[in-house]
Amino acid sequence: MRYVPHTKEEVKIMLEAIGLKNVDELFSDIPSEALLKRHLHIEGGWDEEQLRTYFRQAASGIPTVNNAVYFLGGGVYDHYVPSAVDKIISLPEFYTAYTPYQAEISQGTLQAMFEYQSLICDLTGMEVANGSLYDGASAVAEAVLMAMRVNGKRRVVVSECVHPDIVEVLRTYQLGHDFEILTLPQKEGITDLSPLEDLADVSCLVMQNPNYYGFLEDMNTASQLVHKAGGLFVAAVDPISLGVLRSPAEYGADVVVGEGQSLGNHLNYGGPHFGFFATKMDYIRYMPGRMAGQTVDVDGRVGYVLTLQTREQHIRREKATSNITSNHWLMALASAVYLALMGASLPQLGQSILNRSTYLAEKLVSVGYPLWKRQYFFKEFPIKVRDAEAVQQALADAGYYVGPVIDEHTLLVAVTEKRTKEHMDKLIELMEGLQ
Amino acid sequence: MMNSRKGTLPLLKELHKPGRRGPQVPMGGLEDRPVSELLPKEFLREKPLSMPELTEVEVVRHFVNLSNLNYGVDNGFYPLGSCTMKYNPKINEEVAAWFQDIHPALPENSVQPLLELLYTLQEDLLEITGMDAITLQPAAGAHGELTSLLMAKAYFKDHGLLEKDTVIIPDSAHGTNPASATMAGFKVVTVKSDEEGLVDLEQLRTLVNEHTAVFMLTNPNTLGKFERNILDIAQLIHDVGGFMYCDGANLNGMLGWARPGDMGFDFVHLNLHKTFSTPHGGGGPGSGPVAVKKALEPYLPKPVLVKAEDGTYHWDFDRPRSIGKVRSYFGNILVALKALAYIKSLGGAGLREVGTMAVLNANYMRVAMEGTLPTAYPGLCKHEYVATAEEVKKRYGVKAQDIAKRLLDKGFHAPTMYFPLIVKEALMIEPTETETKENLDAFVEAIKEIVQEAETNPDLVLSAPHDTPVRRLDEVKANKELKVRW
Repeated sequence: MRYVPHTKEEVKIMLEAIGLKNVDELFSDIPSEALLKRHLHIEGGWDEEQLRTYFRQAASGIPTVNNAVYFLGGGVYDHYVPSAVDKIISLPEFYTAYTPYQAEISQGTLQAMFEYQSLICDLTGMEVANGSLYDGASAVAEAVLMAMRVNGKRRVVVSECVHPDIVEVLRTYQLGHDFEILTLPQKEGITDLSPLEDLADVSCLVMQNPNYYGFLEDMNTASQLVHKAGGLFVAAVDPISLGVLRSPAEYGADVVVGEGQSLGNHLNYGGPHFGFFATKMDYIRYMPGRMAGQTVDVDGRVGYVLTLQTREQHIRREKATSNITSNHWLMALASAVYLALMGASLPQLGQSILNRSTYLAEKLVSVGYPLWKRQYFFKEFPIKVRDAEAVQQALADAGYYVGPVIDEHTLLVAVTEKRTKEHMDKLIELMEGLQ
Repeated sequence: MMNSRKGTLPLLKELHKPGRRGPQVPMGGLEDRPVSELLPKEFLREKPLSMPELTEVEVVRHFVNLSNLNYGVDNGFYPLGSCTMKYNPKINEEVAAWFQDIHPALPENSVQPLLELLYTLQEDLLEITGMDAITLQPAAGAHGELTSLLMAKAYFKDHGLLEKDTVIIPDSAHGTNPASATMAGFKVVTVKSDEEGLVDLEQLRTLVNEHTAVFMLTNPNTLGKFERNILDIAQLIHDVGGFMYCDGANLNGMLGWARPGDMGFDFVHLNLHKTFSTPHGGGGPGSGPVAVKKALEPYLPKPVLVKAEDGTYHWDFDRPRSIGKVRSYFGNILVALKALAYIKSLGGAGLREVGTMAVLNANYMRVAMEGTLPTAYPGLCKHEYVATAEEVKKRYGVKAQDIAKRLLDKGFHAPTMYFPLIVKEALMIEPTETETKENLDAFVEAIKEIVQEAETNPDLVLSAPHDTPVRRLDEVKANKELKVRW
């Protein structure tokens, strides 16, 4: 009877009203060869306490941010999530609603989406943003596809220092499209931009800042060069870095995308998080995904609707700018709440992260763990070790987690504002002991 | 609960007052060093960041008051066709949250119990769909469609079948189907529906040829009809070496009664946020696992979750024929765990009962509404049906949209409007299994009242809604004047 309300009497009355004798007749339109003539072999029918026991047992064996210390990076980070964020996104009027197709009873979602878009624009310096995509990697793929819609060119240049997941997702999306991907090599941990000087007919350049290794790229030069080559500049950025790092608008990015997890989202073993997508007003009609716009109602009151829907699949079908429908709105809402709470503090937060990561890197160098390359970084940096997996495992045994592993001799170390001096000193002590 | 507040709220930007701040930034005991000592100027912002400056209490009130302008399943009946807006059990939220603080780069040996849960979900979904292999990676239904079509593309390329360039899609299909086909680089050909609302078999025969790569079919279809010629259709497609794709958005209409894998489908995507009760979050996150037959297994996105002989679980990245990743890391894991909690709360028998009651509710409403708003394609339906307001429009000038808006005044969410495109003045109604008979009766009663109003006082309906936070909004102005940020 779980979640199914009818009594036996009601079922009988309802079947009679339909003119059927039993529930089997409800499925008489399914050919007998296709009917399942048994129950599904699925264990269940558990009460809430059984469910709790089952899931608690699994959860209790895993090192989480609450019982271990994470210096893990690679695109997803253990940042501080204000308590109010979880409370807001757990309001049932938000999380049990569908896409705001009936605008008059969805003004909460729609105004929040308008505010989210505005906050993303404030943060990146861009002119317009959509209401979110699935994640940072698919947002890059969508940005590349948009660049090709904008300029019709078929040459995509991607830095080798972009997160490998991003490149891989882009290559998967490439299966459905006719374009080439050229790679700019990595040199000393950052992108070697020189091959770009000889390229023409470029649709776009994809760079990540900070890059996969945590290092800061020369985004100014990259921007100038790709524009000279006739292409758009797609910048994938870590939004939490933008309190201190140069904004994409300042170096002339045309499309700004990224993984939004750092803004108020939990780790979630990698998902759901969300991708943000911002660009210039000129390209708004080429954008993928839904967007909220401000308007008025028949009484002249300010209200919000989904706008420019003629770009989308439910209207344009095979001619839509993307197939995306469900996005990751609830995660984007978490980021809007986060930015409302913490946005004005991002310069201070950025400084705190930078200060901590610098402290840890300097100490690690001093105990014999040099940086893989000497470059500037923001919150994450690669160190050289004798055996990356062995170091990772030895630290894990002490409840300290670093990574991901880049190669046999290189480990990424990420430091968020949550890592205290005590955490870092302990990590240094542990690593010193491994020498 | 939705209140009678008139209008929306002042924007966060308007609440801004310089100097206000939210929660404190964790500082954790390091000596302070200014940014200018840590990084050269060329990496730093020139213009200081300008964001609204607010306190926590203002922010909380702002969003709580915004939530009051919304309507969710927890507020009331939400018969939005094709969206399966069933109740989202609270226990699922509770247990899934226990896994929110786990980093995806943890070594595999640290996360075995979580991988076991995900593997169990995979096994259960394979049993539910009758398929052989599965990926949890796609983020949503449309993402699952794209994933599947790219797999089909890779398969044909691998087998040297380059002529396979066309996807056939019924005219009643979700818009995502043709949009996904385009994104996967296929041509789209549309097949009509026949007078019963099913795929027009005769026309399909003329469209199928050596170019046919995939036939995408929603079953039960968007009219709520079970495609009873499914076995013939599958034969037709398989005879030319094409694949059968099941858009699983409507799985609720046959859950526990019939399985895509037993009726000739080679692919199916599932919407965990529909059939498996995970909340839709006002637009996402969803989750769109894809289950396939054996021949397609090598092409699944990597990594694939596998169980070794010693009983341990692994993410297998060594998949030479995989299409690659479709997103970062492993999938919408928290959504998957909620779906697992749902499946475990029900078990095999409970899942079948879900299918039974979803279909019972839809048919009960369909019959009850028949004299008021007739079903476009009469006869037995599965989880949903499509009513048409064409007669009401002809008689009283009241359209499907007007009826939908008037329903908002009466405390209901409206059905899906103007879809599928083949039905004039369409209202697509999906009650789901979690609604009581009283709710179904009240909705039917409301429809009757509205049609009555359309006759006696059409202006009341034409100018609806009246009792919502805002009334009808000017979409033309929104599109023309494009104000999409403050």
